[in-house]
Amino acid sequence: MEEFAQFLSLLASTVRLSMPLILCALAGLFAERAGVVDIGLEGKMLAAAFAAGSAAAVSGSAWLGLVAAVAVSVVFALIHAFACVTHKGNQVVSGMALNVLAVGLTAVLAFAWFREGGQTPALQGAARFAPLELPFVQTLSGVPVLGPIYARLISGHNALVYLTLAAIPLVSFVVFRTRFGLRLRAVGENPHAVDTAGISVAWLRYRAMLCCGVLCGVAGSYLATAMASAFQREMTAGKGFLALAALIFGKWMPVPTVLACLLFAFADALQGRLQGVALPGIGVVPVQAIQALPYILTVLLLAGFVGKAVAPKASGVPYAKEK
Amino acid sequence: MKSTFLAAALAAGLAATPAMAQTAPAVLFDVGGKFDRSFNQAAYEGAERFKRETGVQYSEFEITNTAEREQAIRNLARRGASVVVAVGFSNRAAVETVAKEFPNVRFTLIDSVVDLPNVQSVTFREHEGSFLVGMAAALASRTGKVGFVGGMDVPIIRKFHRGFEEGAKHANAQVEVFMNMTGTTPAAFRDPTRGAELARGQFDRGVDVVFAAAGATGIGVYQAAKDAGRLAIGVDSNQNHLHPGTMLTSMTKRVDVAVYEAMTQARAGTWRPGARVLGLREEGVGMAIDEHNRRLITPEMERRIAEARQAIIEGRIVVTDVTAAR
Repeated sequence: MEEFAQFLSLLASTVRLSMPLILCALAGLFAERAGVVDIGLEGKMLAAAFAAGSAAAVSGSAWLGLVAAVAVSVVFALIHAFACVTHKGNQVVSGMALNVLAVGLTAVLAFAWFREGGQTPALQGAARFAPLELPFVQTLSGVPVLGPIYARLISGHNALVYLTLAAIPLVSFVVFRTRFGLRLRAVGENPHAVDTAGISVAWLRYRAMLCCGVLCGVAGSYLATAMASAFQREMTAGKGFLALAALIFGKWMPVPTVLACLLFAFADALQGRLQGVALPGIGVVPVQAIQALPYILTVLLLAGFVGKAVAPKASGVPYAKEK
Repeated sequence: MKSTFLAAALAAGLAATPAMAQTAPAVLFDVGGKFDRSFNQAAYEGAERFKRETGVQYSEFEITNTAEREQAIRNLARRGASVVVAVGFSNRAAVETVAKEFPNVRFTLIDSVVDLPNVQSVTFREHEGSFLVGMAAALASRTGKVGFVGGMDVPIIRKFHRGFEEGAKHANAQVEVFMNMTGTTPAAFRDPTRGAELARGQFDRGVDVVFAAAGATGIGVYQAAKDAGRLAIGVDSNQNHLHPGTMLTSMTKRVDVAVYEAMTQARAGTWRPGARVLGLREEGVGMAIDEHNRRLITPEMERRIAEARQAIIEGRIVVTDVTAAR
């Protein structure tokens, strides 16, 4: 029973750690399916985290923080679209530029506004997304297996976690079951065909980037106002790039991508718990080896098990109408 | 880029007030930044106290990536500071190199030792202070399980851990001590989200008092403790005020005093090179009790901890120093 409780706590930790990855990977899915390579997920998430941290600190409301985060992230996404779609710039360069801009700008603004050395003030109470207890936790607590699963794994997360879980089927539905989604995928594979059908390639890509911006904004808000209690310099720590890896690993499909994110998060959660624990037959594994686990797993999976990952054909190619 | 800018700004400042160039000290903060509410902030407060009392401006530099250390220290030394205070064990190699290049400039290195005629090394007996908060943790724990979250996995952090563990066992031989290190790079000192996650992992295993020796990463640990209704112990600075009610106490390490003294001694001409080791006896480390945690510390706890403190000072209790054992 004790082991079972431990396992549940490990899974709950996996869920918490996977949220920013899932949101970013889904954001990347919108962009890349529409033919826009976006390595700027990291930068958008960071800028959004800063916006969320600042707005929540000033207003005292986590929800206003979320709104600010989404707004800032969308602005970043539109700049990317403006550079790559309207002006047909290099998408990798633009994405990287936005990443660098976000790192510098957030630190400088945080220092100038809050004078705490590049962080935003610590958030209390309603300025953070607190864990929610779902109904019936008490009623079900007596039920074996299901009771603990409900109380520890399903209940007790913050609002953004449930929002993200709801976003997964929604994204899947939008991309694969709506007219917008069909056109989005088409514009990533063969923009000429879409153009011939009389649909604006640029407008579609702009809309894809809008969706991308919104999702990255939620991810940033999750980092600063749900997981932590303030914005901290460079707090995204490469999660945006890990999300891109998950997207490739998941072959640009929503469900496999989400599973990849969960796998990365699981490895991350596991390494926290394996430290200092004697494993049967092996003994205590050094911290360094355990902390390399998520990366080893990533390399192994990407190198060995993914197979051929085929990107959307027009991904990374600016569309120019033939004259 | 940043250092050239700083250099230009400093050169301009020094040109305007040539007299101050002789007496102005310099301080170099480590990764985590001077507002980490912990280690670096203690150094910052020491420097600020010097500025307040003497009216002398000090120059400063905040490390953001490890590659800039040596250049930053060299720039500060070249400008003729009265003393260059390098805060953090990671600066050891850089201080050693630069101190040889500038034999006439005085350097104070905090948390590590460089044996050169122009370097003063200040280290702390962190294991002694950690022993006391380890006792507090074990005495306050209801589950008999206490936790430790370290920053970067380096000997100095292991020193905190061992002292904490020995203190906990001293207070209650049955106590179980859980341990996590945040990472193996300096970034482990500024990763509060991971700190929070590690703390939650320990709480799920029954831990109800957690000690974080992890710089800014600790902020996440204390927040997690507050969210879960558990107790946390701060480090380096007195962090009791961060979350009154769930901050059991703080292991204070008087980096502020070390920085302040280095600067005032350099100004007064009493600065001496060599190694200084500050422990409980010198009040270089200790355990913070103030209005924020008063009601969490029972008279019985306070009595036993005070006894142990006295015993350590008199040498009746010897706390293992893992860095000395090698």
